[in-house]
Amino acid sequence: MSTEHSTDTVRLDEGHHIGEGGIPAQFVNPGLPPHVHRMSDESAAGAKRAERQIAGLFTLSILGTLLFLVSYFAFDTAHRTWVPGLGTVSTTNLLLGVGLGLALLGIGLGAVHWAKTLMPDEEVVEERHVMRSSDTDRAKFAEIMREGGESSQLFRRPLIKATLGGALGLFSLPLLVQLVGSLGPLPKNHLSLTMWNGHPDGHGDYTPYQERPRLVTDPESLPIKASDVTIGSVYHVLPEGLLPSPEATEEEAREGLHHGFLEEKGKAAVLLMRLDPSDFKDTEGGKKALSWSYQGIVAYSKICTHVGCPVGLYERTTHHLLCPCHQSTFDVTDDCRVIFGPAKRPLPQLKIDVDKDGYLIAAEPFHEAVGPSFWERG
Amino acid sequence: MNALAARRRHPAAILILLLLGLIVTGGVYAALAPKPATAAEASADQIERGRQLFLTNCATCHGKNALGTPVGPNLAGVGAAAVDFQMGTGRMPMAEPGVQAPRGKKVTFSDEEIADIAAWVASLAPGPAIPDAEYTTAEGGDPGKGGEIFRVNCSMCHNSAGAGGALTSGKYAPPLTGVEGKHIVEAMLTGPQSMPVFNDSNISPESKRDVIAYLKSMDAEGNPGGMALGSLGPVPEGLVAWVFGLGILIGAAYWLGQKGA
Amino acid sequence: MTTTPNERPAQGLRAGDAKTAPPPSAGAKKLGGVAGWVDDRLGPAKGVNYLMKKVFPDHWSFMLGEIAMYSMIICLLTGVFLTFWFVPSAGHTVYDGSYVPLQGVQMSEAYASSLNISFDIKGGLLIRQMHHWAALMFIVAVSAHMLRVFFTGAFRKPRELNWIIGCILSMLALVEGFAGYSLPDDLLSGTGLRAAEGFMQSAPVIGSYLAYAVFDGPFPGEAIIPRLYGVHVLLLPAILIGLFTAHIVMVAVQKHTQYPGPGRTNSNVVGFPVMPVYAAKAGGFFFIVFGFLALLSAIVQINAIWVYGPYDPSPVTAGSQPDWYMGFADGALRLLPGWLEFSAFGFTLSLNVAIGALLLIPVMYGAMAAYPFIEAWVTGDKREHHLLDRPRNQPTRTALGVAALTFYGVLMFAAANDIIAIKLNMSINDITYFFRAGTFILPVLAFWATRRICLSLQRADRNLVLHGRETGRIVRTADGRFFEAHEPLNEYERWKLVGYEEQRPLELTSGVDAHGVAAPGAGKLRARLSKFYFQDVVTPVTPEELAAAHHDGHEHEAIEAAEAAEIESGERSGAGHH
Repeated sequence: MSTEHSTDTVRLDEGHHIGEGGIPAQFVNPGLPPHVHRMSDESAAGAKRAERQIAGLFTLSILGTLLFLVSYFAFDTAHRTWVPGLGTVSTTNLLLGVGLGLALLGIGLGAVHWAKTLMPDEEVVEERHVMRSSDTDRAKFAEIMREGGESSQLFRRPLIKATLGGALGLFSLPLLVQLVGSLGPLPKNHLSLTMWNGHPDGHGDYTPYQERPRLVTDPESLPIKASDVTIGSVYHVLPEGLLPSPEATEEEAREGLHHGFLEEKGKAAVLLMRLDPSDFKDTEGGKKALSWSYQGIVAYSKICTHVGCPVGLYERTTHHLLCPCHQSTFDVTDDCRVIFGPAKRPLPQLKIDVDKDGYLIAAEPFHEAVGPSFWERG
Repeated sequence: MNALAARRRHPAAILILLLLGLIVTGGVYAALAPKPATAAEASADQIERGRQLFLTNCATCHGKNALGTPVGPNLAGVGAAAVDFQMGTGRMPMAEPGVQAPRGKKVTFSDEEIADIAAWVASLAPGPAIPDAEYTTAEGGDPGKGGEIFRVNCSMCHNSAGAGGALTSGKYAPPLTGVEGKHIVEAMLTGPQSMPVFNDSNISPESKRDVIAYLKSMDAEGNPGGMALGSLGPVPEGLVAWVFGLGILIGAAYWLGQKGA
Repeated sequence: MTTTPNERPAQGLRAGDAKTAPPPSAGAKKLGGVAGWVDDRLGPAKGVNYLMKKVFPDHWSFMLGEIAMYSMIICLLTGVFLTFWFVPSAGHTVYDGSYVPLQGVQMSEAYASSLNISFDIKGGLLIRQMHHWAALMFIVAVSAHMLRVFFTGAFRKPRELNWIIGCILSMLALVEGFAGYSLPDDLLSGTGLRAAEGFMQSAPVIGSYLAYAVFDGPFPGEAIIPRLYGVHVLLLPAILIGLFTAHIVMVAVQKHTQYPGPGRTNSNVVGFPVMPVYAAKAGGFFFIVFGFLALLSAIVQINAIWVYGPYDPSPVTAGSQPDWYMGFADGALRLLPGWLEFSAFGFTLSLNVAIGALLLIPVMYGAMAAYPFIEAWVTGDKREHHLLDRPRNQPTRTALGVAALTFYGVLMFAAANDIIAIKLNMSINDITYFFRAGTFILPVLAFWATRRICLSLQRADRNLVLHGRETGRIVRTADGRFFEAHEPLNEYERWKLVGYEEQRPLELTSGVDAHGVAAPGAGKLRARLSKFYFQDVVTPVTPEELAAAHHDGHEHEAIEAAEAAEIESGERSGAGHH
């Protein structure tokens, strides 16, 4: 018995061993297997049938094209059809798609069926050559390169070599410098400021407000009375002046949507909730949250501190805020501390108060940068 | 001269005229004055019937006086709207204990019975009333505005198409397909389970109607591109590409390579 | 060769005549005319002849790369159509097209033009859906193709360079897809861009500068849509086309690999020539892929941007995921815990974001690209390989691949945790904890299980060769013994199972080389890795072993199916003897 193979192999038992004399060490490749006959090889009728099948498939393609063309002119884009299993779909989408699909599939299936049934299916053998070039070719290459180097006098002239190296190494710098240098304004401290700090000046800075801004609803831009915020309510809130006021005309409204509108929204969006003051936790965070609230009405930045999605999901009964992107969960009773998920920092709180008419105002801007963390955030 | 005219200077005439005037004015006022946008006042009978129904079907979890038990919350102040919503959508009575009461497959109580219980609960303490019919259908609503409100306030829990979404610990925001306008408004007013409250100062009744109009127009638009795959976005689309797309194309490739046609 | 049999005996009289070629048909004459005109000017006849006779092996798994290529071409074709109507601008406009729920709504030009294509251009929705389905199929096919190449060892010399180009293509395809689906500026893809900006911000030191540079200021800005357009329509397609052309030219020059089998050796290619078989099959397959995508786009909706609404940083939709191919990165972000963010001295290092968003893709692709070289180092194999491995014959490589795939799969399914939660009525928190643990545990389990399965399959193959195929026929001998008759494999079937090469671990050298210089530590590491790769190897059956199996026990073996009735007593039983 062949003994020099590893011990894990299935062992033949220690009985008879008839191995000597004429048995090769390894099996040899038996060569190409015998040809598998097709119906078209065996009879003319088989071949004829294949021909009819192929022609049928190509005809299907033609029918598909016709379906496409007829549907294109017969229906307009508003036409809808109810199809069982699909629902109410656009007729043009369905018929143009099916027509085009059949037109293409007919050709494809026909061509492949033709290759399988009628084209020669005897396997052909092509020899491979070693990928490596011959040694003479390689030597020739080395010789050509060496000669080129010598005849250009490159190796004899170190000054050329040095300056060529320098020039080639440096020529891409102008391209890079232009691209990188002209990219984007510098962030300066703009990530730490929002429209709660003041009026945007269009260049990233804010002119401080004379009067503290009111909180208004998103998207209707109506100011909010503290008494309207009942326990369990959630309001989506923006600073006054971001959205066009409800009384603005259409033109004024469009004017108001100036450059920077979405950018300001992306930093200033705030969520307003009212909790019973006794629901706030007795921790440092919970106490601070209550002190910045107005009678249990708290305002927190809506921009998640993970990567910036809006944290909109307020679970009224558990007082948790959930971000739908990566499931960071914030506990409103404990100053929006992170209790689950990949975020680290709690949502920044906006200190609120009421003005003389009872409308909610932002007493102070955010005390820290909103949104995702960045290196110099501090 | 007829009999009435003959007695026109009778002392009782003034009394009768005054009485007539009062009755007419009162009647006209009652007929023409703007009604508050709430359901008509429940009668004492209805409240009593409601109390009886409540004792039989709800008190085990919510307590005899609806003040709550460890397994069912206090219902004082939830208002008729909450009862109409919870029972009208089959969520209550809750079929089995769980993290959340799912929409019921069928509604176990008749409209009258629900109205009775609602009247009783409403009598316990003031709370949101059943909304006026004018604001619970899509008629007169602006779907464009409704869409803007929906996307800001609703789609983060219920998904852009109203297909529903996950909340923490097994809770979820249910799909909004096939929900009556009235129930949508009631849910917004009462904040069932995890849902916050969207009272009429937050989203006015007209805006709520816009939201309903938006949801109905979305339904009407259907799914023009074909099967919507539950409107759940890229996840089912990726599954279709891998399972059906790759599966069918590999099938075609296998057929292509088979010998012996 | 004619396929119609000779009908009349008289025809046989002419059978011995010299055959004259039939006169060229009119069509052939025209073709010859055109070909002649071109040849007069370029002289390509020799090259074209060579290409037309080139042989390609025929296996369905070789068509996965074709599916990818065809899907990309379909993206190019449908993409051109879309560029005629898409407006790559973030400028404000008010929608006044035919889709009722969005009428009067403020949105960007990009979004409005995408709605226009979907609702007001006939066939526009179909082309848009075909473009997106083709993009998904492209990356699905690229991934499947890459897995096939990995598990069959097609990346070995001389194809390492092609593997690296393939890795780059795969990575660029992800970026191309991301850029493409962000162009319509809808709520879902815009939320993805918002997350991308958060990723950039998390880069240490340069984060805020990087974000402001890419977005030309604060997020969202008005530059990102036109910039993504340039990248998606111009830069990346050019690079992709260039790289994949190099990719297939290399396949043509090196010739395609083939599976081991009868007649196939390391120095030949067995298959069919381009003209006419492969031209028909490959050309036909293009139409099949194209037609399938058209049908799919007719009946299954994809990326219904009108449902999501225009992008605005304030709203968001439940179930926010990127397209499937970015799922693994999104899942990584859901699983990385928050305590990985550190602040000190006024600086914040957000590893919870940076690891998943910035490091994962380069590290993954880097490891993939380096694998051929690692394996070559471990095996010490410097030969050219043109025969593929059956995955079971390389248990460690296959197990490593499955473990890596499991890791990828855990991350990808983690991105769908909220969809899983609502569809299977589970707690999203529990699902997340499960995937967090699974990231480390499941790949290890998968590695171990796959390795054992491969070794078992190899042993099953050995059994099949040694003892033949179970026929299910029970034979009763004269003296009352029952056994199952086995049918031995014919030599063609057998070759497939024994034709692989046995690999042995590298020997650890004595510690000093010929000149007495001590070997560096890498020698020990290499030997250890080699042992990890090739221990437990199952050797292929040799003729000696087969003969021994046949004569094992006493007298005649009882395998021949035809002699079942005359079989005398024997020790042979179905499952082997021992």
